[in-house]
Amino acid sequence: MRKVKIYITLKEGVLDPQGKAVQNSLHSLEYNNVADVRIGKYMEVMLEDSDNIEQQVDKMCDQLLANPVIEDYSYTIEEAV
Amino acid sequence: MKFAVVVFPGSNCDRDMFYAITEGLGEQADLVWYQEADLSDYDAILLPGGFSYGDYLRSGAIASTSGVIDQIREAAEAGKPILGVCNGFQVLLEMGLLPGAMLPNKHLKFMCHYETLTVENSDTMFTNHYSDQEEIDIPIAHGDGNYYCDEATFKKLKANNQITFTYKNNPNGSVADIAGITNEQGNVLGMMPHPERAVDSLVGTKDGLRLFQSILTHWRDKHAIKA
Repeated sequence: MRKVKIYITLKEGVLDPQGKAVQNSLHSLEYNNVADVRIGKYMEVMLEDSDNIEQQVDKMCDQLLANPVIEDYSYTIEEAV
Repeated sequence: MKFAVVVFPGSNCDRDMFYAITEGLGEQADLVWYQEADLSDYDAILLPGGFSYGDYLRSGAIASTSGVIDQIREAAEAGKPILGVCNGFQVLLEMGLLPGAMLPNKHLKFMCHYETLTVENSDTMFTNHYSDQEEIDIPIAHGDGNYYCDEATFKKLKANNQITFTYKNNPNGSVADIAGITNEQGNVLGMMPHPERAVDSLVGTKDGLRLFQSILTHWRDKHAIKA
């Protein structure tokens, strides 16, 4: 079994109103050195062992988990016990 | 003319759409559950607003992987009119029938009020009852209506006359005030505002009714030529 940790982030240049709101809140808590906040998603997908796991995860991300128009993704694959 | 209103779990404007066709336009419509849908018999397909699958993952994302989607794709290729309103627009974007994507509204607020739209292209099967640059009042009701596309896509939309409606006072941060776009062939329209909620003067405006009348006019013209 493999544990795939997938990180989905907004592409550079895509406005993130949520991130901006959080940035403003951090400023109001006087963290004045916060220059930017971007909010993304984290997913854990458990996959049964197979030969082409990376290929499969890429496809899952392109087809559904991320929207390639506005989002980038990256992932790590770990041995799961 | 026979319209299919595709109902997903979480659709909530399906009955408004049904009403717009049956009572407003005076044509035939069926509410078809997405799992049992056979769309082959219908002349036009309507994807209603709402919150399909609770907007999980991204608005419209889960619905865009359901079985009925292949039939919608086939109908689009066959040139049938396909209209996606609000969540229906989001589904069309997620399934890639229309270019671009939706982001949360710029100020993160769910907005529900009338907007003035400008008709940017009256030469489509959805807008032939309007005139170019005409201003119409149509209600909006969305949280994720901030249309986004990259520069190259925007240029293509512009060059192909795919921008159908724009907001007069952009409420959500959409690129170039975009409220509705068509595909390149012009038979798939996605729009955030709700024309189906503006078909009866009882609610203040009938500006939305002409969109459905346009579809009917186009369909009748096409079939008159064939006959």
